[in-house]
Amino acid sequence: MTETVLRTGAEKRKLTIDMRALSPFIALIVLAIAGALINPDFLSASNILNVVTRSAFIAIIAVGATFVIAAGGLDLSVGSMAALTAGVMILTLNTLGGADMGTLAVGMLVAIALSAACGLANGLIVTFGRIEPFIVTLGTMGIFRSLVVWLAAGGTITLRNFELRELYRPIYFGSVFGIPIPIIAFLVVAAIGALILYRTSFGRHVVALGSNEDVARYSGVPIWRVRTLTYIIQGICVGIAVLVYVPRLGSATPTTGLLWELQAITAVVIGGTALKGGVGRVWGTVVGAVILELVANIMVLSNFVSEFLVGAVQGAIIIIAMLVQRSVHRGR
Amino acid sequence: MDSVLRAENISKSFGPIEVLSGISLELRPGEVHAVIGENGAGKSTLMRILSGHIAPTRGHVHLDGQSVTFSGPVEAENRGIVLVHQEILLAEDLTVAQNLFLGREIKRFGFVDDRTMRERTRGILAELGTRIDPDCEVRRLSIADRQLVQIARALLVPHKVVAFDEPTAVLTPIEAESLFSIIRRLRSHGAAVLYISHRLNEVKAIADRVTVLRDGQHVATRDIEGLEPLEMARLMVGRDMSKLYPDKPDTASDHVILTVRDMTVPGFVENASFDLRRGEILGFGGLIGAGRTELFEGLVGLRPSQGSVSFRGESVSFRDAREAMAAGIVYLSEDRKGKGLLLQQNLRVNLSLAALDRFRRGSFIDVGAEEKALDEAIRNFDIRTRSRDLLAGQLSGGNQQKLLLAKMMLLEPRIIIIDEPTRGVDIGTKEQIYRFIAQLADDGLSIIVISSEMQELIGLCHRVIVMRNGRIAGEVAQADLSEDSIVYLANGVHEERAAEIAAGHA
Repeated sequence: MTETVLRTGAEKRKLTIDMRALSPFIALIVLAIAGALINPDFLSASNILNVVTRSAFIAIIAVGATFVIAAGGLDLSVGSMAALTAGVMILTLNTLGGADMGTLAVGMLVAIALSAACGLANGLIVTFGRIEPFIVTLGTMGIFRSLVVWLAAGGTITLRNFELRELYRPIYFGSVFGIPIPIIAFLVVAAIGALILYRTSFGRHVVALGSNEDVARYSGVPIWRVRTLTYIIQGICVGIAVLVYVPRLGSATPTTGLLWELQAITAVVIGGTALKGGVGRVWGTVVGAVILELVANIMVLSNFVSEFLVGAVQGAIIIIAMLVQRSVHRGR
Repeated sequence: MDSVLRAENISKSFGPIEVLSGISLELRPGEVHAVIGENGAGKSTLMRILSGHIAPTRGHVHLDGQSVTFSGPVEAENRGIVLVHQEILLAEDLTVAQNLFLGREIKRFGFVDDRTMRERTRGILAELGTRIDPDCEVRRLSIADRQLVQIARALLVPHKVVAFDEPTAVLTPIEAESLFSIIRRLRSHGAAVLYISHRLNEVKAIADRVTVLRDGQHVATRDIEGLEPLEMARLMVGRDMSKLYPDKPDTASDHVILTVRDMTVPGFVENASFDLRRGEILGFGGLIGAGRTELFEGLVGLRPSQGSVSFRGESVSFRDAREAMAAGIVYLSEDRKGKGLLLQQNLRVNLSLAALDRFRRGSFIDVGAEEKALDEAIRNFDIRTRSRDLLAGQLSGGNQQKLLLAKMMLLEPRIIIIDEPTRGVDIGTKEQIYRFIAQLADDGLSIIVISSEMQELIGLCHRVIVMRNGRIAGEVAQADLSEDSIVYLANGVHEERAAEIAAGHA
């Protein structure tokens, strides 16, 4: 008797959980069908690969944002951080002047180190300064952005060495077994992110911190370290995104990465991560990033809405995603 | 005798689960009617039906002899039925007067009339026998004063029936006593008072009649005359409860395991010194706000503190709970929901959170080992749950406490500090928790029990240290343990007042 009661209870619960986690995937499928109906070219392999490739930057950044948000934080500075990192990386490559793998590796290391340091700064100010992450990252967002403008003297920072450009080019435009490298990069980042969030005690601590900071503290979770680490992970993700981004245009401008924070947070929320923390869904986030790019793509392929309104549609999506989350939550 | 409010065959189901079945209850003007029962017996559901928060699935509510259906709590309030909630529902940043009139502000020419509201607030608070300043922000009030403000807010509207849901859960004996005089005053004015509690001594002191619920069923309604707390407990639990406390384990050991000297927690505790022996259950008594919780939060590194602590002969100082846990000292917060458990996470995640390092295989968490630990915890601690996949917030108070105990015991501590071990826990589970604590002491662990329930301290502890105003007021040895001796130290008075309080809670 008791056995059966126990089991049916468990099955029921699993079903509801799956519904929540599945909703971004369902939305993705619905959008894909809608896209195919609007324009037959939509489902062509080249278009699909193009869409997913374009979503790679946001997806990689959003994986980091999943950690920050699941721990109850927020990082608004990612777009500016990406611009600053790209700018400094290009300046470093220009200064080094070489056109070999060694030069490129040094440039990449500088990029990752700088973005990780930016994340560390965000994390330390939030934890030790005990300031709302919204305010802290709003501040650093302004700082990073104006540093780029200053470094570029208001213009463009361009990768000058043509040979180096050619060497670097495949990171964005190349592919392995027909799969573009950016897609591979973002799948690898997401897989590692999921592994860390779901399978390690650090990941468990992130979720505990986002659920209830007091409980985490009373349970002996090193909350300062965990929180700071989430911002560092965010920084490293921004760095990886920049590595993939720079070969695309070979330059950084004061508008590089503009509104990426909006897109990253939108992707996280669409993916089912709770904005108040305590729930983190890495794969949902990845799907969320693809959905954003898919919507933009459908708008370009169809003629219903001007593509200049892409930002408006993406803004509307985050609001709708929150409303859906709210109603799912209430229904429970 | 005519009743003011009468429930007739009330049943309530949530989905397929019936939480109340066929309950009848009548409230007469000028009586205090207590409703008692274990957690989950249906007390609160019944209360919420009578005050219009939810509608019954079957049955009727009669008010002044007429059948009524309330559209919601507002209508019930307009008809004279007010509910004083268990939780404090006040806006902390507003003043007392602003809170009292929140949502029903008195206006003059379209603007709020602060002067009138302030005067009326002062009047009603004086009537309740308190001198809280109407202009004080609620944030700055003590819990007891907040409760008074909440009662004042409920009594602002004309009332025939006043329902109290566990009103003394956060009050000290003295504060509870002044609440009782308010209730007696309400009764003498002809109001009917519905009083929900599971503190049986209180019920004995204040109620005229008692209705007992068990598992959503009506068990008995009796006059308080001749109904003793022990009998009430038997009716509630359905079995004999004369042996609530286990035998105190024999701790022959004189071996001191923890020495605390001149512990100061700024703002809360000054120069507290005490020793803890191996195998001892040491009680900490005192009024709420005496600094007991803060002393131990300071000790385990959850608050900044100064002082010297020596544990197993070595001088120690903990910067956070993690270090204290590593050394073998755990603290179980009185605030289970806010600081003890992640209510939105499942049992497995909660159980292993503090001891996650023990569940690692390489870099990753071993979920299989976690599941096994959960099986063991459910068995060893008798955690009753419909399903293993429930969230911690869906457990009853007693089972949450067992889960919290299981979680901290995974750390294999030497010293366990339990703050209010049975707050919000039903009597059947209390007995289990007491037995468990005694067993731990028997196994050679040392336990510190912080409690506001004097019976608990007397029934469970070898020694009781009493705190007053952030200082240690004194110590009561096992042979001298009595409510009188604890109350004396807690209040610093030893006159009729103390005796009266003790009598009310005997």
